[in-house]
Amino acid sequence: MAERLVIDPITRIEGHLRIELESDGGKITKAWSETTQFRGLEEIVQGRDPRDVWAFVQRICGVCTSVHAIASIVAVENAIGANPPEQARLIRDMVLGSQEVQDHVIHFYHLHALDFVNVASAAQGDPQAAVDFARAIGSTWKGNTLERMTEVRDTVQSILDSGQLSIFTGGYWGHPDYRLPPEANLMAVAHYLDALEFQRSMIRIGTVFGGKNPHPNFLVGGMACSIDPNHTESVNQVQVDQIGVWVAESLEFVKSCYVPDALAIAGVYKDYFDIGAAQDNYLAVGMAGATFAGDPATNEWPTAHTAIKPGVIFDGDLKTVHPFDPEKIEEWVHSAWYSYKGGDIGLKPSEGETTVAYTGPKPPYEWLGDSDEYTWCKAPRYDGRAVQVGPLARVVLAYAQGHPRTVEIVNGAMEQLGITAAQLNSTGGRILARAVECLTSAEILAETTFPTFVKNLKGGDIDVFDPTRWEPDSWPSEASGMSFVEVARGNLSHWVTIKDGKVSHYQAVVPTTWLAGGRDKDGQQGPYEESLAGNGQHPLTDPAQPLEPLRTIHSFDPCMSCAVHVLDPNGHELQAVES
Amino acid sequence: MAYKLDGWQDPTLGENLARAGISRRDFLAYCGVLAGIFAVGAGAKPARAEEIADALAAVRKPNVVWLQLQECTGCMESTLRSGGTTVEEVVLNLLSVNYNELVMAAAGDAANKALADTNAEDHILVVNGSIPTKDGGIYCTIGGESAEEVLRKSAEKATAILAVGACAVWGSVQASRPNPTGAVGVDEIIRDKPVINVAGCPPIGEVITATVSYILTHDALPKTDAEGRPLFAYEQRIHDSCPRRAHYDAGQYVRSFDDEGARAGWCLYEVGCKGPSTFSPCPIFQWNLHTSWPIGAGHPCIGCTEKDFFDRYTPFYQALPDVRGLGVEATATKIGWGLVGATVAGVGVHAGLTALRRSASRKADAAEPLAAFGDPGAGRQGGCGCAGGQDGNGGRDGKDGGCGCKGEPPPGGGLGAVGDRAASAAGGVDATRRNPTGGEGL
Repeated sequence: MAERLVIDPITRIEGHLRIELESDGGKITKAWSETTQFRGLEEIVQGRDPRDVWAFVQRICGVCTSVHAIASIVAVENAIGANPPEQARLIRDMVLGSQEVQDHVIHFYHLHALDFVNVASAAQGDPQAAVDFARAIGSTWKGNTLERMTEVRDTVQSILDSGQLSIFTGGYWGHPDYRLPPEANLMAVAHYLDALEFQRSMIRIGTVFGGKNPHPNFLVGGMACSIDPNHTESVNQVQVDQIGVWVAESLEFVKSCYVPDALAIAGVYKDYFDIGAAQDNYLAVGMAGATFAGDPATNEWPTAHTAIKPGVIFDGDLKTVHPFDPEKIEEWVHSAWYSYKGGDIGLKPSEGETTVAYTGPKPPYEWLGDSDEYTWCKAPRYDGRAVQVGPLARVVLAYAQGHPRTVEIVNGAMEQLGITAAQLNSTGGRILARAVECLTSAEILAETTFPTFVKNLKGGDIDVFDPTRWEPDSWPSEASGMSFVEVARGNLSHWVTIKDGKVSHYQAVVPTTWLAGGRDKDGQQGPYEESLAGNGQHPLTDPAQPLEPLRTIHSFDPCMSCAVHVLDPNGHELQAVES
Repeated sequence: MAYKLDGWQDPTLGENLARAGISRRDFLAYCGVLAGIFAVGAGAKPARAEEIADALAAVRKPNVVWLQLQECTGCMESTLRSGGTTVEEVVLNLLSVNYNELVMAAAGDAANKALADTNAEDHILVVNGSIPTKDGGIYCTIGGESAEEVLRKSAEKATAILAVGACAVWGSVQASRPNPTGAVGVDEIIRDKPVINVAGCPPIGEVITATVSYILTHDALPKTDAEGRPLFAYEQRIHDSCPRRAHYDAGQYVRSFDDEGARAGWCLYEVGCKGPSTFSPCPIFQWNLHTSWPIGAGHPCIGCTEKDFFDRYTPFYQALPDVRGLGVEATATKIGWGLVGATVAGVGVHAGLTALRRSASRKADAAEPLAAFGDPGAGRQGGCGCAGGQDGNGGRDGKDGGCGCKGEPPPGGGLGAVGDRAASAAGGVDATRRNPTGGEGL
């Protein structure tokens, strides 16, 4: 007998996501991915100065802060023909790289770990055993001391004793599928706290260049932060030295703490390499942080991340990397609360529409999945297919293209865990891919991007702004541009049209939209839904404690405010809502 | 490790005070003062000092509901980066944060239960995000309920309400023209209780956590300015403390990004800096462990602690007197730089009128003692006492306060103070001396 289950709110994500499930005999049979927030930024950027838009669309997300700003700026630069100097591009690469590392660390420890780590059990952990466990899994993190583990155990014990569990209130601590021994839980909680402290530090690289985080500052045509080693008030030698330290610390934390922890948890939950497969199609335009103004297939901007080519993989065939073609992207609103003038069709981003047509129940409501429309999230398709984007897609693409470092790390991890490449398409595979990518990102930052920036600086290159296209009278009366950026959660593209100095059309195709979107006209599910219900084998032991589906959904690192589109409907009014 | 167990270690406030060396006698004396305040509070039952002391001494770690409504999570991310009172300290030691979507372990029904249980008792309410009011609240639902309903339920027994971030304060980016979802700030929905507005997009992490720790250490809400912003963080304009101010005074301006002036750290006014009209501690506290701040990194301030900044302060790269929404755009280029003063004065007067409307509803700051700790007499007297009709907002929604009370504005209320500030701000700008462009705007 099928049972129905609603998980709303899905916590430890950005924004508002609701999952509805049907299960039978401990397995999930049907799933609906439902985005329950809409903000309407598409209307709001209409008619604005294109040089301001980054500040608006950056507020799509305070987790993915920087990435939307950079995508917006690159799209505008592509439209008006601005040519940011190399140092400005390298600064953006450093901002993207440091955010990528920080974002993955936060996701693993603070948004995902509690699905696998039992905080209550950590109080029973022997501090010395926790230190020994850390050593055994190859963690050389400096925080693995008896003193620290004792301190953390006492903290956890005092919270449990107080009866006020704070953020741990209501966790599924009695669930039978928490598998780590107490000492491992204790070590993980200690690293959870260390990572909280560490993310504060690693984000400072972006603060030097953008002035704040979240929501740092950017500039069409380059960067506002002047650099000159010999000036007090610009980014000078003191700050360059500081950045060098933070870059090194980031790499150290990822290597000595995050990667061993991720491998250890993946090893204990090894069956999750057979759970949570979504469509075996992958799309990426490069490694994390790759940035392209215009079509990635023809783009010639040098960045630090062009080690692999833009590409698409279908049906898990790693031997065939198809060339990427932006023209093959379409978005569907079959299951979303929008309507298209042309009916139930797919639209290219450059022609996108966002006309609200809410057909759902008036809140409070109990169930959405009985209707065809059930979400604010559109459903992007590539060449008609649902695809996965994100760390898994990038790692698979890099692996398929033989990127030496990725191949080395992935092969090592697969050997350690005893899994095959085909098993990467799974909940465990997404955890592993994120750790692999975090390591390569930290390495690229430390070994390529930052040293190149310093080398240029040494050679006297301090130019960070192209003033020639700043004034609107230097722009064509009509221009369009697009950008592609590989950001933490996957492939992000922004599309802009400018008329007479103002934005006339704007659209973003966002990683989480690719992943969280619902069914299309042909009934093809989005990756979230497919990962839960695709093969009917996803476990759900206790509907009152839906730990297993949370593990799978969290493995995607959902970012729901991003998922709801920013686009402009060529001046369409939001149509009246039936309620 | 930076985080350390301190502060609230013992089960109750009484025990914590004892550990901190506060004698029962001192505590009673303090409660006697409170008894006097409660006695004059409208509708509050007079209480004896001993009763108050006993009630307070039994208070446990304050429970907290930390909502995330229509927003981007930037405020919670900023909280994660706080370097003063760290988020570890907040969630493990100072407070029991029983509900917060970004960091809590529970999901779904278990999360909703944690929320309902906490809502059923006295608690501190922190809100990130705006409330979409159009079309029955369909634009943001949580657990199948509208954001507005979630907020109302959480506010019912809240003893202190903090609206954290521009979205919770006034709606921010989604409330900007044309505001498709009807987004509003918390104090447009919750009108019968004071709301502390921690402004900024996002606010500095330390300012968020300090607002919480202010309540805990003072047993009272912080003093606020006319916009409900805590004075400890929003008392001064960025311009007042800007390290580039000397260049402004000397007429040294960045003319184009990355020019010689930019590299030398000259004033960003001409490339659009909104620092002269923005009340924020950015130059003083700075960001991310005092690493830098927007103007420090060469970008003009976009005024993110100010109401409606996405509409009033755009285009962002236009110099201040020409910015729309400040009432001077028609003549700005003719009159020129002297208008900086007028602009600021205009903001001051605007704020002052708002203050008049709000100050009564917020009551004197001293009249909100111990609200955070759930004292039965504090913080929930209701009574808003708006000075009806004094809507100085004149703005976005044209709606009045709405409670309908006819209260007396307090003697020497916000208008005077803010007026003075505005006047001094206006006086601080000398058109002839600081007008290198001879009255031409950008």
